[in-house]
Amino acid sequence: MTIDIAVIDYGMGNLRSVSKAIEHVAPGRKVVVTGNPDDVAAADRVVFPGQGAMPDCMREMDARGLRSALLAAARDKPFLGICIGLQMLFEHSEEGDTPGLGLLPGVVRRFPAARMVNAQGEKLKVPHMGWNEVMQVMAHPLWQGIADGSRFYFVHSYYPEPADPGLVAGWSDYPFRFACAAARGNVFAVQFHPEKSHTAGLQLLSNFVAWQPVVHAVPNSGAATTS
Amino acid sequence: MGLAKRIIPCLDVTAGRVVKGVNFVELKDAGDPVEIARRYDDQGADELTFLDITASSDDRGLILHIIESVAAQVFIPLTVGGGVRSVEDVRRLLNAGADKVSINTSAVQNPQLVADASGRYGAQCIVVAVDAKRVTRNGPLRWEVYTHGGRKATGLDAVEWGKKMQALGAGEILLTSMDRDGTRIGFDLELTSAFSSALDIPVIASGGVGNLDHLADGVTIGHADAVLAASIFHYGEYTVRQAKERMAQRGIEVRL
Repeated sequence: MTIDIAVIDYGMGNLRSVSKAIEHVAPGRKVVVTGNPDDVAAADRVVFPGQGAMPDCMREMDARGLRSALLAAARDKPFLGICIGLQMLFEHSEEGDTPGLGLLPGVVRRFPAARMVNAQGEKLKVPHMGWNEVMQVMAHPLWQGIADGSRFYFVHSYYPEPADPGLVAGWSDYPFRFACAAARGNVFAVQFHPEKSHTAGLQLLSNFVAWQPVVHAVPNSGAATTS
Repeated sequence: MGLAKRIIPCLDVTAGRVVKGVNFVELKDAGDPVEIARRYDDQGADELTFLDITASSDDRGLILHIIESVAAQVFIPLTVGGGVRSVEDVRRLLNAGADKVSINTSAVQNPQLVADASGRYGAQCIVVAVDAKRVTRNGPLRWEVYTHGGRKATGLDAVEWGKKMQALGAGEILLTSMDRDGTRIGFDLELTSAFSSALDIPVIASGGVGNLDHLADGVTIGHADAVLAASIFHYGEYTVRQAKERMAQRGIEVRL
């Protein structure tokens, strides 16, 4: 079976929003929501979403035998991580002291209660929930047609801290600057929810569906090259 | 610049139609939910909330179809509440396309439901709806939690209840003033402010909006993270965009 786009289902939460949004921007393409490693291997593109707590997500992913299929896909296919799907790509998360897939160098931290005050002295809530501005810090095919500073919908209590600044594709502020998008080779990952981010989000998904990245021969070289 | 304050139109749905009541009674028909949802999306709504106010279980299945239709056409967050009694109810709504599920009466009857649903699906999709009414007895200002669409007093202190729900895993509080709902005289700003300062999770102010300045007041005076309104949008009095423009004029960061 040919699969154009596999949306990875490891039993954590609602994937309907993600698959509906992709179907909306990719009419006629075969979009499959799947937890089967063979489907991941057969797909041309992979979307790796996630909801809930990272320890549960890692456990459920492994329970379905998806780890090696995901790592293989992240080596040579257009690969989009969303929310926890971004966080799981890093080495470690403070949430439940959980090791991630280690595909990208860096860690995932909780918004620290002591720093959650804005310039006006007002308390900032956690989860960071709502529409925030995304500053594009890297020219990338997935930002095409999206104005720099466009707002995307976020809902999260943890954020990534890449060890290599060259991985950062986008910043957001809450109340300090954090990486809300990371990119390396054929992998692009976002902390926000493009599937819930109206026209900007649909544009990003549409860009992903059309993306033809140059695939690295050495996937873990750390180079920030994009096609 | 940073996180925008959210404007959330609310659609009370019964028997497949959007309705609006005054103080939780006297329902008036306001139209087709899918059509209304699309209109608000076009106007720049930040999220949409659907409350299934069906009194009996007869029309319960309808809300799932409505959510499915909306979710296929509208790509902003959707919250659905009303009659959610079990983790299975939460699952069904999420699978139909809801991004968040709002729990009200059942949270009081069974607080463990909030913990279970949050543990299973994550705090980001669990909203606890609190219907609060001022306690008129002498003494310090406080509010009591009501359930069953505002018909039943619980004896629970509303702010303490909000803290408990946060501790159990609620990701957000939808706070409705029963004294103000449908009155069009503005939010209960003391209630909103009491919740927002007591809690670390976002608070959505609801109940009483009659004009655009009421929405702005909810943020500037009530310190709400989001403001919810129904009737001022349903009957075409104001658009969501006008509401955002007014809030921006008042110095509030919004997504325009």
